[in-house]
Amino acid sequence: MNPTDLVDRATLRDDIPPFRPGDTVKVHVRVVEGNRERIQVFQGAVLRRQGSGARETFSVRKVSFGVGVERTFPVHSPILAKIEVVSEGDVRRAKLYYLRDRVGKAAKIKERRATR
Amino acid sequence: MTLRAVVGEKVGMTQIFDAENRAVPVTVVKVAPLRVVQVKTPEREGYSALQVTYGFRRAGAVNKPEAGHLAKAGVDAGRRLVELRVDDTEGYAVGQEIDLTVLQAGELVDVTAISKGKGFAGSMKRHHFSGQGAAHGNHKKHRAPGSIGACATPSRVFKGTRMAGRMGAERVTTLNLEVVEADAEREIVLVKGAVPGPRGGLVVIRKALKGGAK
Repeated sequence: MNPTDLVDRATLRDDIPPFRPGDTVKVHVRVVEGNRERIQVFQGAVLRRQGSGARETFSVRKVSFGVGVERTFPVHSPILAKIEVVSEGDVRRAKLYYLRDRVGKAAKIKERRATR
Repeated sequence: MTLRAVVGEKVGMTQIFDAENRAVPVTVVKVAPLRVVQVKTPEREGYSALQVTYGFRRAGAVNKPEAGHLAKAGVDAGRRLVELRVDDTEGYAVGQEIDLTVLQAGELVDVTAISKGKGFAGSMKRHHFSGQGAAHGNHKKHRAPGSIGACATPSRVFKGTRMAGRMGAERVTTLNLEVVEADAEREIVLVKGAVPGPRGGLVVIRKALKGGAK
């Protein structure tokens, strides 16, 4: 138990599904425009998870109109309306930075078989 | 009430999300209720202050002079004895308990503590000197301070010249930190940003002396 757990407990969300690097996720982000709020979906491959507890973040990479886009979100941030795991990837490393140098078929992540 | 300060112990740092969903870095300070051990008055001691303690210490760990002092006040031994200055001792009595309702969320505070000791530190860490080049034939002088003065005139090194030496473990006050949350029930204060000292160290939180009202 960390000494700051007493404070972190209120921040931590329990509605986050388990996901790991290599998985393809749909991140539903709350976007505030003026006083209107809408949901924007960011779909891509999880590149990394970093940190622990209330400070944990993860990065998602997608290729949009030929340009690679990466976004980093705090796992427990209230701006995330929902995280959906679309598919589970079969990868051998924790940080998938090598995907940045690959395009097309080479950047494809093998899908993990259901047997976990 | 004229008390403008509380004492506590640093628990550590974390982050929380504010109303606009921004991550705010906060230091958690545990502030247990303070017990007044002695009231110092201008008539007797020449100035106004409250001597307080907090927490608990077993009787065997209290030395005889302090035990006597506490017995006279009729107060249980706490972690430490700390003096807090007040403008006016009116309304304070020995044995009285003070909780952290002194502080409110949103107000600015000054935080005083003993900083972490850095040991014998070089001039780059201690005085932010630039050091010397990595290349151009430099040999084993990469973090050296360089010249410390002229030659035959004055043929000495001036007093106060910044050099390597003991760093840290000194009283440091960080000004104008914002109180994010003050929860008397959980005995916790969240202060925005970093606070001097190690985890578990004594921390004095005072209402900001210079900062404007927020």
